Amino acid sequence: MTEIPNLDYIKEISGGNEEFEKKFLSIIQAEFPKEKNDYIENLESNNLGESAKIVHKIKHKLGILGLTGGYKLAVKYEEDLKYGDTKLKEDFLDILTSVEEFIVKIG
Amino acid sequence: MRCIIVDDEASARAIVRELCRAIPEMEVVAEFPDALEALKFLKDNKIDLVFLDIHMPKLTGVDFIETAVDPPKIVLTTSDKEFAIEAYGYEFILDYLVKPISTERFQKCAMKLYNTFIKNNIESDRELQSNEDDELYINIDRRLIKLKFGEIQLIEAKGDYIEIQTTDTRYRVHSTLKKIKEKLPDSRFLQVHRSYIINFSQIVDIQDNSVLIERNVIPISRSNRPELMQRLNLL
Repeated sequence: MTEIPNLDYIKEISGGNEEFEKKFLSIIQAEFPKEKNDYIENLESNNLGESAKIVHKIKHKLGILGLTGGYKLAVKYEEDLKYGDTKLKEDFLDILTSVEEFIVKIG
Repeated sequence: MRCIIVDDEASARAIVRELCRAIPEMEVVAEFPDALEALKFLKDNKIDLVFLDIHMPKLTGVDFIETAVDPPKIVLTTSDKEFAIEAYGYEFILDYLVKPISTERFQKCAMKLYNTFIKNNIESDRELQSNEDDELYINIDRRLIKLKFGEIQLIEAKGDYIEIQTTDTRYRVHSTLKKIKEKLPDSRFLQVHRSYIINFSQIVDIQDNSVLIERNVIPISRSNRPELMQRLNLL
């Protein structure tokens, strides 16, 4: 079953500071789509080293959004990409889609 | 503690800034998405601590460490634990935090930093205080009343006034917590909440979010809790 992103971590960090929560989500809403596009572009250009670097950044956001399984997959995928292995790309794309939908929903 | 945050991800910088906000001793003076900019800043500014990401484009955190002349203390922030452990060998690297950084882990790091930076200052304060009078005069109805520091249990802010609770009397004085805090020795007193300063030696017990001073239950704010816990002589 696909994991659903959540805001538990952000709420823990904010300690109830709603202003921070709002500001933080707007940062994620701006940062994530750009990282996703960069990742896809690099993957399509077979620039796997650069793709791995972007996966590294994205995995932090998966952790922030409570996607424990997604984070673990990203760790593995990042390593695989360094060795030219893209077999996890579809699974990773599913996670990205789920995050994107979540971001749109909370926007 | 004057800090800067160096991380190319705005979301990562925002998290560290928010975590620092809960630690009263930490002041984030600047943040940089680029390590090169941070190095330039360090040339002209005195900084105690850098929260440094390792994986950054252009100049990485490791490049930063190797390039910085007389670097300040550094806490690494990274999603790559192995990399952090490797860099941990430098003596000016005090800690590493694996992203996403939990509040609990950050507070532990803050305690470690406290030991390095603040404790030294407190020791110096203590030496100074030992040479100073251990009493304070308050003005009540044009009468100056002497209070021994040891008699003061707690001070509570009440609008334009403060109330000073001693072992047998409660005094109401037109002043602020900020003003009285400057007159009290850090070694004996601690602000545990925006409305309360307590005398350490008067603590009866501590629960999750409160401290008992005689029969008074005093709240502890989230941001003040790490320093309180650090000051306790825990078994």
